[in-house]
Amino acid sequence: MNAFNSLMDGFGTALTPINLLWAAVGVLLGTAIGVLPGIGPAMAVALLLPVTYGLEPTGAFIMFAGIYYGAMFGGSTTSILLNTPGESAAVVAAMEGNPMARSGRGAQALAAAAIGHFAGGMIGTILLVALAPKVADLAVDIGAPDYFAIMVLAFIAVTSVLGSSRIRGLASLLIGLTLGLVGLDQMTGQQRLTFGSLQLADGIDVVIVAVGLFAIGEALWVAAHLRRTAGRAIPVGRPWLGKKDVKRTWKSWLRGPLIGFPFGAIPAGGAEIPTFLSYVTEKRLSKHKDEWGKGAIEGVAGPESASSASAAGTLVSMLTLGLPTTAVAAVMLAAFQQYGIQPGPLLFERESELVWGLIASLFVGMVLLLALNLPLAPLWAKLLRIPRPYLYAGILFFAAVGAYAVGGEALDLVILLVIGLIGFGMRRYGLPVLPAVIGVILGPNAEQQLRRALQISDGSVSGLVDTPFSVSVYVVVALIMLWPLLRKLARGVLNSRRNVTE
Amino acid sequence: MTTTEPTGRTEEAPEPRSWRTWLREHSELGVCVMLLALGVVVLTDALTMDVEIAQRGPIGPKTVPIAVGIGLLAVSVLLAVDVLRGGRGEAEGGEDIDLSEPADWRTVLLLAGVFLATAVLIEPVGFPVAGALLFWGAAYALGSRAVHRDPLIAAGLSLVTYAVFNNLLGVPLPGGPLMGVL
Repeated sequence: MNAFNSLMDGFGTALTPINLLWAAVGVLLGTAIGVLPGIGPAMAVALLLPVTYGLEPTGAFIMFAGIYYGAMFGGSTTSILLNTPGESAAVVAAMEGNPMARSGRGAQALAAAAIGHFAGGMIGTILLVALAPKVADLAVDIGAPDYFAIMVLAFIAVTSVLGSSRIRGLASLLIGLTLGLVGLDQMTGQQRLTFGSLQLADGIDVVIVAVGLFAIGEALWVAAHLRRTAGRAIPVGRPWLGKKDVKRTWKSWLRGPLIGFPFGAIPAGGAEIPTFLSYVTEKRLSKHKDEWGKGAIEGVAGPESASSASAAGTLVSMLTLGLPTTAVAAVMLAAFQQYGIQPGPLLFERESELVWGLIASLFVGMVLLLALNLPLAPLWAKLLRIPRPYLYAGILFFAAVGAYAVGGEALDLVILLVIGLIGFGMRRYGLPVLPAVIGVILGPNAEQQLRRALQISDGSVSGLVDTPFSVSVYVVVALIMLWPLLRKLARGVLNSRRNVTE
Repeated sequence: MTTTEPTGRTEEAPEPRSWRTWLREHSELGVCVMLLALGVVVLTDALTMDVEIAQRGPIGPKTVPIAVGIGLLAVSVLLAVDVLRGGRGEAEGGEDIDLSEPADWRTVLLLAGVFLATAVLIEPVGFPVAGALLFWGAAYALGSRAVHRDPLIAAGLSLVTYAVFNNLLGVPLPGGPLMGVL
C-alpha cells in the first residue's frame, strides 16, 4: 500500500466528526497555550495525559498533535506583541517581529508568522508523509540491539546537545533513570528502590514525573521569582499582508522548512537551532539589509516557517523509531506507553489507522489554525491579560487533577510535590529538565532491550553491535560525544595553519 | 535539587561571615551532596538485593541499578569539581521570571503547604471542595487579593473540572460529601 492511499484512508479517519472535534480542541488549546506565558506545549500535553485513561488513542493523539502545532502558532503572537517569547521556539520571532509591532506593522508581522507556520507545517507534513514510511521500511527488521542503540543515542544527544553544561545534563539524565528504576523489575519481578512500600512497587507513573517536573516545578520556580510588573502587549489590528510584503516573504516561507524539517528529525534541541539558522540565512539573502533589527519581515517569515516544519520532522523520528527529539515528543511517547503501543517501524503496520489518521489530522489542524489565527489574533492577544496568580494557580490545580487521576491515590499528590520540588531545584541550578524526563520514559525500556539483546547473544557484548544499524547509530553517538574534542582539534589545526601562513 | 540553601551549617565556623558567603556562592555543592546521597541509596539497594535463580539471561536486575549508582557518584564528583573551579548552573529564565530579585521563599513554602493540604483533604472532603481550596489558596499565595472573585472562580473551575473528568471523560474523581448532597 503506498503512502498516498494510506493518507487518503487517514483522512477518512481524521474527518469523522469526533476526530474533527478533537483536532479543533487541540488547536484551540494549543494556540491558547502558545500565547500564554509560563505554559508550553510539553507541559500542556503532560497535564492532559490523564485523558488517555478515558479517550481512545486516535482522538488523544490528534488532540496532542493539534496542541504541538497550535503552540507554535500561538507562541509567535506573544513574541511579536510582548517581546517575551511564549516558547523557546519563538525566541527568534521577537527579534524582528517586535520592532515591526512597535513601528505599527504588528498586523503584517502576525500575518507573516501565521502564514509562515502554515507553509512550514504543510511542507513539513508533506515531507513526513513522503519519508516516514520509507524510514519505517528501512528500519523494519531492527531488533533489540538496534532499539537499545537508538535509546543510547537519545540519552547522549539529549544530555550533550541541549543546555550549556554536559555534566548537568548527565546529572539530570541519571536522576530520571533512577526514578525509572523504582518498582518491580519487568523481567524478574525483583523489587527495586521500593523500600518495602507497596505503592512504590507499582513504580512511579510517568504521568506523575512529567507533570511534576514540567508543571509543578515550573509553577514553583516562577512563584519564587514572579515578575511583579507584567509587560504590556502592543495593541494590534487584524493581521494582513500587502502585495509588497508577500513578494518579500514567499521565498522565506519556502526556505524555512528546508532548514527546519531535518533539524526537527534529529535530536538537536527541537526548533531553537533551525529558527536561528533560518534567521541568519534570511538576513544574508535579504535585499533590505538596512531594515534588519528594525523590523525586517523576512526575519519573521523564515524562522516561523522553519519552526513548524521542525515539528513535523520531530514526528518522523518519534513515529518511525520511537526516538523523541523534543520535550513534546517525549511526553507523547509517554502517552503511547500509556496505551501500550510501542512507536517504531512496526507502528505503521500495526497501527496504520492511528498513524495515518494522526498525519491526516495534521493537515486538517493546519487549516483550522490558519483560520483561527489570521482573523482572531487580536482576540488571542487578550489572553495575555490573564492575572498571573490565576494562571499559575490553575497550573497547580490541573497538575493535581492529573496526578490524582492516575490511580486515585492521595499519596501520588505527595510524590508529585516532591518531584515538583526536584524540578524546582533543577531550574535553580541549571539542570535541564528534558534529560530527566527522557530517562524516566526510555530508561526501563532501554534496560529491557539491553537485557534481551544480551540474552540472545548469550551474554557476549558483541551482541549489542552485530547489526549494521546499531553500528551506525553508535558511530553517531561517538561523534556527538567527541564533538567538543573534534572542534578543539579542528580549531587547533586552523590556528597552526594560520600561524604558518603568517 | 535542594530547596534549602546549606547556610545553616555555618554556626560554629571561625569566620562566620566569609564561610557563609563562600557557602552561599557555592550552594550548588548541595546538588552534588544530593546526587551523592542518591547514588549511595541506589547502590545500597542494588547490592543488598537478593536475586533468586529466577533470573533470565546474563544480566540480572542488579546490573543497571549498579551502573546508574556508579554514574550518580561519578557525576556528583565531576559536578563538585566543576563548581569548585567556578562553574555555575544557569538559573532558568522565562517571561514571567525576574531573576534580579532574590527568591521569594515565602510564596514557595505557602504553595507547597497548600498543595500538601490538598493531598490530605482530597479523600475526606472530595475533589470539588479540595480542588477549590487548592486554587483559591494558590492564587492567594501568589498575591491575588480579589476577596469576592477568587473563591467564585475557584469553585466554578473545580466544579466544571469535576463534571468534565468524572462524567465526560470517565476519569473518576472523589465527589465527597458535597456531591452526595447535590
